Formats: sequence, structure tokens, C-alpha cells
Amino acid sequence: MKKILTFLTFLIIITSGISKAHSIEADVFVQSTVNRAAKTLGGNLSKEERVEKLKDIARDTVDINGIGFYSLGAHRKNLTEDQLSEYKKVFAEYFLKSFSSRLAEYSNPEIEVDSKKVINKNYTIVSSTLVSTESRPKVKIEWRVYTKDPDNLLIRDLIIEGLSLARTQKEEFSSIINSNDGKIEALLKNLSDFAAK
Amino acid sequence: MLSSNVSAGTDGENSISKGKKPVKDCFESLNRVTFALNQGLDRVIFEPVAKAYRVLPSPIRTGTSNALVNISSLVTIPNNILQGDFKKAGINTGRFLVNTTVGVVGIFDVAERIGFSEYEKEDYGQTLGVMGVAEGCYLVLPVLGPSTVRDAAGSFINVLGGDPWYNASVNGNNEYLSDTAYLATRVLAGIDFRAKNIDSFENLEKNSMDFYASIRSLYLQDRQQKIMNSKVTTEAMDDGDWEEIESQ
Repeated sequence: MKKILTFLTFLIIITSGISKAHSIEADVFVQSTVNRAAKTLGGNLSKEERVEKLKDIARDTVDINGIGFYSLGAHRKNLTEDQLSEYKKVFAEYFLKSFSSRLAEYSNPEIEVDSKKVINKNYTIVSSTLVSTESRPKVKIEWRVYTKDPDNLLIRDLIIEGLSLARTQKEEFSSIINSNDGKIEALLKNLSDFAAK
Repeated sequence: MLSSNVSAGTDGENSISKGKKPVKDCFESLNRVTFALNQGLDRVIFEPVAKAYRVLPSPIRTGTSNALVNISSLVTIPNNILQGDFKKAGINTGRFLVNTTVGVVGIFDVAERIGFSEYEKEDYGQTLGVMGVAEGCYLVLPVLGPSTVRDAAGSFINVLGGDPWYNASVNGNNEYLSDTAYLATRVLAGIDFRAKNIDSFENLEKNSMDFYASIRSLYLQDRQQKIMNSKVTTEAMDDGDWEEIESQ
């Protein structure tokens, strides 16, 4: 359960970013992303300003569409063009709201990039450590970086102590769709409701 | 918390690793009821107690946590052996001896300070997994929370003689320990766990559309990682679905 704990805690530290860099290495990209987020979280901004800054960082460095498609799992193959278009819109709103509000509560996480492992031409996994403080132990965080376009690296997943954020979201979405007779409309409504609250 | 149109009745399959059959949530309707019951108990009992526990001075909480971890190694060691990991069994035995004596019944983690490697808990559910026993259906147990048929069976092994602490306190014929001592350590372990995660659970619940499904996913991913004893996260993950995603 320790991993679950740390995962839950560091859903918090998730998405942040830097301006799009050109042909930089995945580990440098992640470190810069973390630094940019830390600067935002550590600054003297109001909560609303933090939220907006964090949303900007996420738009710059996270593959929101890619995570959205992944989160749909097999259901993405059954969507009409209109449904897909609607899904992309509401998912982006949901994603930005969810992660900016989670992050905005916290201040100045210190993350050190340790190593990287190239999985294939499309993916590199960057390993990092969230430095321990008096109130929590160190936490291992891995970043799945989409490297297909070397000039536009994007984060697709965070794996915290072995627990994948994207996979958890995918299984949550699947549960919602299956609970409603396989209807994507149920998921769209949940996403819209969440973004609006 | 849960959206109104998120309800029981999914086919509840969670695919969490390479080439593995997904774990079925065969009793989802019942599990969701039990989950709701557990949440109710949590709000009324466990969360308030955990919040009170958090007010205790840090050294007291750390010492309590260390002592509970030390007791847990009594189950970890036989499982290291059953999994064929004799080296770790030796290390954990050394750790237990050092911490129980020099560390005053485990209150001080002396073993860590003198360079013992990081402690990894093992249990009979994990050992069954290592032996190739499948998870069976996903379960939510009253009070105890998420589990699977295999992990629940593993827990029974503890009370059937697999846990030396249980044997000594509940079945042991001595004047120092009783079933109350065993129960107290279990309750304390639960409170300690809950206290460490109050903010995290609150945050996850607040940001989940289906909290039940999120917890189920996290539990199953965690168990898979533990059974594989993998240091490389991606070894336990199926990249196939990611490879299909084109967004650039």
C-alpha cells in the first residue's frame, strides 16, 4: 500500500512544463518542466493565478489529446467523428481543471532527474526522484515522454512508485462507460460536469 | 463524490500487465456497496482518529510506524523463503534481530542507519502470485478494503499459522501477549496508514469521477508491481495501447 500512498500524494506533482524546446533530450525536457512548475508553485501568486499558469504549462508540455485517446481505451474505436470532436473538447477542459487544481494546493516540489531509458523511437522513460522532506519520504517518479517529434517533446504519463496515472484514468473512464451500457455520452457528461464544478 | 450516473454493473476488467488476463470485478455491485460502507466507517471513525493521531509528536508516530514495520517482517521473512529469495530472508532476519534488540522492539530503525538495504514488505498473497496463482476476482472487504480472492486467501494463511506474531499473541501461552495485543497492532497499523494519507485520499476523491474505479486500478497495479518485484516500471506495463496513439 505504500506505493498507493505515494501515488496518491503525487498525483499532486503531476503536470508542469517548459516552453517547447527544440531537439532537447527527454531528461533535460523533464527537468526544465519541473523547474518551471516549481517556479510557479513557489512564487507569490494567488491561487487563481497559479491555476492559470499551470494550465499554460500543461498546454505547452503535455500531450493532452494523446492522453485523452489513451484514456478511452478500446472505446475510442467506436466513436463517431462528432463524438470524438466533443470528447477532445471536454477532455481538455477536464484535464486542465483536474491537474491545475491538484497542483495549485502545493508549493515548491523539488524533483531531481536521475536517468533516462529510450524505449523506442516514440518513447523515452525519464526517471526522477522527488526529494524527501520532514513530512514525507522520497518518491520515485517516472515520466513517459513522447519523442516522435524531437522538436516537440510531450509528456504522456507519470508513473509514481510504479503506478501509472494514465492507466488509472483509463480504467476510471472505462468503468463509467461500462456502467452506462457502453454509452460514451455518460463519460462526456461526467467530464463536462467535472470541468464545470 | 460519485457522479449519479456512475453505478454498479460494469464488466469491470482491469488489464494491468503484459500478456495477463484482466482481473474481473465479478462482484462489482456488492463491492461498491462494501466500498460505500467502508467510506462511511472511514468518515465516522478512521479519519477522525487518524487526524487525532497526526497531532501526536513526530517521534512518537515514527517510532510507532517503525515498530509496526518491524512486526511485519515476521511475515515477510517466511515469504522471502517461499519465494526462493534466501538472501533477502537473511537480510530481513538480521534487520529484525537488530531492530528488536538494539532498536528497542523496533521503535528505532537502527538497521537502516547501519546500512541495511531498503525494506520491502512481502505477504502470502504476493507469494501465491509469484507461484503463478491468478488473482481471481477483485474484492472489497468490509473494513479491510481492496483485495482479490488470491490476496484474501493469502491473508487467511496469516491466521492459519503463517504469522508468528499472530501465533505468539493469540495462540501463545504466555502472560505478556494476548489477542488484544495482536488486535491493537492491526488497528494501529490501519490508523498509521490512514494518517499518512489523509491529504492524498482527499485529493484523489475530490478529483475522481469514479473513486471506486480509481482505487481498484491503483490497488491492482500496486499488487502487480509487488509480485513482479520489478525495479523497472515499464517491465510490468503493456506499451501496446500507447503505440496506437497518434496525436502528432
